[in-house]
Amino acid sequence: MACDQWQSQLDAYLDGELPAESMRTIDRHLRTCSACAADALARVQLKRAIKTAGMRFTPSPQFRNRIQKKAGGARSRWSFGWAVATALAVLMVASLVSTYLGNRTLRQQHLYSELADLHVSTLASANPVDVVSSDRHTVKPWFQGKIPFTFNLPELQNTDFTLLGGRVTYLGQVPGAHLIYQIRKHQISVFLFPEDLVALTAKSNAAKEHSFNVETWTQDGLRYVMFGDVAPEDIHNLTALLKASARS
Amino acid sequence: MCVSVEPPQSGTFEELAMPLFGQLYNFAHWLTQNREEAEDLVQETYVKALRGFGSFQPGTNFRAWMYRILRNTFLTSRTGLKTTQTVPLEEDENGPASAATTDPQTPEAILIDRNHQDLLQAALEELPLHFREVLLLCELEEMSYQEIADTMAMPIGTVMSRLSRARAALRANVRQKLRST
Repeated sequence: MACDQWQSQLDAYLDGELPAESMRTIDRHLRTCSACAADALARVQLKRAIKTAGMRFTPSPQFRNRIQKKAGGARSRWSFGWAVATALAVLMVASLVSTYLGNRTLRQQHLYSELADLHVSTLASANPVDVVSSDRHTVKPWFQGKIPFTFNLPELQNTDFTLLGGRVTYLGQVPGAHLIYQIRKHQISVFLFPEDLVALTAKSNAAKEHSFNVETWTQDGLRYVMFGDVAPEDIHNLTALLKASARS
Repeated sequence: MCVSVEPPQSGTFEELAMPLFGQLYNFAHWLTQNREEAEDLVQETYVKALRGFGSFQPGTNFRAWMYRILRNTFLTSRTGLKTTQTVPLEEDENGPASAATTDPQTPEAILIDRNHQDLLQAALEELPLHFREVLLLCELEEMSYQEIADTMAMPIGTVMSRLSRARAALRANVRQKLRST
């Protein structure tokens, strides 16, 4: 078969592991050969599906705390060594840190713009939620088996908030829950992701991102991010309700 | 002074190791296929890594270092020894992917979507350990071939041929499962 030579290289091509010249050659070939293009597409789908299916097991918060204590206990033992190293190479450490912080800020901005896009595109959709219910006992179990974690939702009686429903969402290929709450005519998105897969710095008191009010925190191994165009107090009140219910 | 713009590889053990915690646990669970054993394995990995952190060379790949410790710990554990004893040694692993690994039918029939997640998870579970781990390091952890080679302490050529066999085995298994559903 004429395409055998290409097919044996497709996996390395899709893994981005071929030399630049070979990448370009295969690029050109895929544009003209529908059989190889279909093969490449199926391989990409399998790669993505393995990534999603592979993210399956989440450690319990108790176990995380246990390891965190062990890992954190190291700090005091090494502090002297680190102090000496820092004194010897202050400049180098400073530039490493600023590079690191620069990268981290960039990554964070990227995550926030993706979340802002998710918030806006969901609200613009004709069917913003996949599970339509104001009952937290309907919405929470709906997520079972669809995302690799579970969470508690607050009781909203005697508050101005209403739960409109939820949907499964993805951020950088990490599956998470997207809940939509309403207060007066405004809608608020609450995103939940596994904490260690979505790295954001905590923001409280409704900081501004892309002109939305945002609050984010972690609790029990989950990263919560709240987005909305409502007043900071409303964001803050909903945060308090969610935090309290997660503790219960 | 020349400062490299590498991902951060310097910091306290906690700063470097805790962000990997969730991924390492997930990987450990895939290896052991059991929650308790996965927790033991991760705990032992962190203890060993903490003890050996002084010998970790800043600037080298910390993630590959942690995965290597986890994998070695697993391979010398009771479950690991049992698993590796039942896996037949492969013939000619350094050679190019043999005819057996190329699919005569291209996998267009395997259109995997999220509805097939259970099926794919079952297929991954059934893969022999040496295939499962290389596939997860590549697809899930998105390691480069070089990183996988560092983690598994084997030449890149072996990583490539093993990956190719693992993918072919997974596709064959998935195809069979799709047919029988």
